Amino acid sequence: MNYFGDPTIWLPFVFAALMGVSILIYVILDGFDLGVGVLFPFANDDEKDRMIASIGPFWDANETWLVLAVGLLLVAFPSAHGAILTALYLPVAIMLIGLILRGVAFEFRAKAPAPHKHLWNNAFFAGSLMTSLSQGFMLGMYVMGLEWTLANVGFAILTAVFLTVGYSFIGATWIIHKTSAVLQAKAVGWAKGGIWGLVLGIGAISLATPFVSTRIFDKWFSFPEALYLSPLPILSGLLVVWLWSMLRKMPYAEDRRSWQPFAAATALWVTAFGGMAYSFYPYVVPEQITIYEAASAPESLFIILIGTCIVLPTIMGYTVLSYFIFRGKATELRYD
Amino acid sequence: MELETLLLSRIQFAANISFHILFPTITIALGWVLLFFKLRYNRTGEERWMEAYRFWVKIFALSFAMGVVSGITMSFQFGTNWPGFMEKVGNIAGPLLAYEIMTAFFLEAVFLGIMLFGFSRVPNWVHTLATFLVAFGTMMSAFWIIVLNSWMHTPQGFEMIDGVAHATDWSAIIFNPSMPYRFTHMVLASFLTVSFLIAGVSAFRWLIGGRTEGVRVAMKTAIIAAAVLIPVQILVGDFHGLNTKEYQPAKVAAMEGNWETSTGVPLILFAIPDEEARENRFEIGIPKLASFILTHDWNGEVQGLNDFVTEDGEVLHPRVSPVFWSFRVMVGTGLLMLLVSWSATYMIMRRKRGVEGLPKPMLYALIGMSFSGWLATLAGWYTTEIGRQPWLVQGVMTTKEAVADVPAPLVLSTLIAYLLVYAGLLLAYVFVIFYLARKTARGESIGTTIAPSPAAVPKAMPAE
Repeated sequence: MNYFGDPTIWLPFVFAALMGVSILIYVILDGFDLGVGVLFPFANDDEKDRMIASIGPFWDANETWLVLAVGLLLVAFPSAHGAILTALYLPVAIMLIGLILRGVAFEFRAKAPAPHKHLWNNAFFAGSLMTSLSQGFMLGMYVMGLEWTLANVGFAILTAVFLTVGYSFIGATWIIHKTSAVLQAKAVGWAKGGIWGLVLGIGAISLATPFVSTRIFDKWFSFPEALYLSPLPILSGLLVVWLWSMLRKMPYAEDRRSWQPFAAATALWVTAFGGMAYSFYPYVVPEQITIYEAASAPESLFIILIGTCIVLPTIMGYTVLSYFIFRGKATELRYD
Repeated sequence: MELETLLLSRIQFAANISFHILFPTITIALGWVLLFFKLRYNRTGEERWMEAYRFWVKIFALSFAMGVVSGITMSFQFGTNWPGFMEKVGNIAGPLLAYEIMTAFFLEAVFLGIMLFGFSRVPNWVHTLATFLVAFGTMMSAFWIIVLNSWMHTPQGFEMIDGVAHATDWSAIIFNPSMPYRFTHMVLASFLTVSFLIAGVSAFRWLIGGRTEGVRVAMKTAIIAAAVLIPVQILVGDFHGLNTKEYQPAKVAAMEGNWETSTGVPLILFAIPDEEARENRFEIGIPKLASFILTHDWNGEVQGLNDFVTEDGEVLHPRVSPVFWSFRVMVGTGLLMLLVSWSATYMIMRRKRGVEGLPKPMLYALIGMSFSGWLATLAGWYTTEIGRQPWLVQGVMTTKEAVADVPAPLVLSTLIAYLLVYAGLLLAYVFVIFYLARKTARGESIGTTIAPSPAAVPKAMPAE
């Protein structure tokens, strides 16, 4: 079975890259709609409807990237999938219940009798919060090597808060783009209030990561490897400065540049994620299992890859189509 | 301790998958029914088809959301509770699941947005196409999952290397022996579930005064569809049973409550299987009928459960009572469906009176049958899934081998949490369906999900 070169080398790498891209797309796309949910208590009833309208056509497809990411982990690296998910049993369960609550709340809040609506609004907020916090917690635990010690849990609680605030930040930048007038001005305020979460989150993980293992430490601080990494912190710093200067002056006349904070926030996520991927490669379970050890049989990976090469561009295509159809300011999106 | 974890994990997965399947069972067929309404509207221009579409697309959206979120839960539970499954047969299950996600999930999720909210933003044909793609996506999703599930019942096309399954023949894996039967059986189950749901909810709206053209046309379509499909389903079920007898005789023996291999076996209508004594109590049966159904010969030989106990006493057949009873619940519900749908169709056809010809008791019967499809579908799945035990993949790995070593109290706590959430959501779901029905019957608008007022369309939208 000789494909191009050694399939036990390049197939795991390709699948790790695919999985990485899926996770990245997920945290950006579902990040903004989770963030919108986290911001719910700060909005009045009309604004809540408008905020839902800004994510209504998208959230379901956004969440599918999570299914794809976990699916790829499951199918390409089955033993890592088992190791990671059993170690994170409880936060995973909390995240799932959160996802259930917020997912159904989209429908129920509009279809249930009016007196019940605030209950479903609360469910939407609670579900979004549970999901964000547990994802942040899992991120922290993952970085620390999935060991349940007191110090690691403490760190994970910090990353839980930071990621949640970070999501609310990218959610706010989405609302800036999709709304106007009072709500937009409010969202500018939320973005200014939330940017610290993202900065501290990236900072905390950047500080902790090199101390998890000497391998990563060397990757970061020894010459010439340090050079490969150096563009990331510089770029991140510039992005934060640009974001802050924009947010201070927003909104611009005639709604100019309303898309730019979201774009900058996205770029910031990409750099942060790039740094993490660079640090942890080639491990899929930090410092325990590499992607090459955990990979499924090449013949199985190959048959998935064939499908992926055909289907993934198609998915990208109609995802873009959907964002194009629902571009512009969010208007009344009547669910009821 | 280990046993408790196994039992609790099984209950948790069963609870999850039972809750989940309720909603795909509705969306698989409802998508096509909506496409039918839409196409009728496109063809005739009659508002009543659009009225039916507008009501049922809301139920579709609600069911879809319930299905999505409960489905995500399951993809994670493979890892949190059943890591052994993917470690052993991941090379086969993996690609099938991957194809489901890639060919179905994204298609459904993206075009659902356009189907629900895009009516005023895209040309009519794009909206119809979106409806089609969503229906097609749900069907594809069902296909891949049934392929995997069927493979777990009738595995082939693989070889074991160092205790791990490796695929050797993908077409043999996909078109494994039980797949065509199971897929047809499930799709028909979905159409029957939706038919009875539409008939029941429409009967409810009709009774409380919502006698619009849209209700009329939906109810008639649903009743006739049910009457046509139920005999087909009974026939397909019979074929499926024969297929099971060939590949999983232990399951059929449990379904029939047949302990001893013999000829001229009676069809047992009622019995209380006693697992300890390995015999039936209070048995009532029709002589020789089981032999006739299973072998098409009155004196045919049928294998009994006692053949599936090894010499050292290991039991390789499922517990009998759950399989025996869920099979009877499924068949009983099916027969009731036949009775109700045929009498309702007769009343509609008689003197061409349409749904006006349905007397009150019939309407009540239809309301009572609203969720009969759920009952039959769940009972059917319990029959086939419990019937495969103690195997997870028939003859390849047992359920016990796959379970994660998670502490039992932890599994118990998440199980309780899931059960509470599911119970609450199920109540809310049924409540909201009937709330929407009452609201429309009162003549109130239930919104304009697919056709927002022109004023709501902003300047930024493209000129159409």
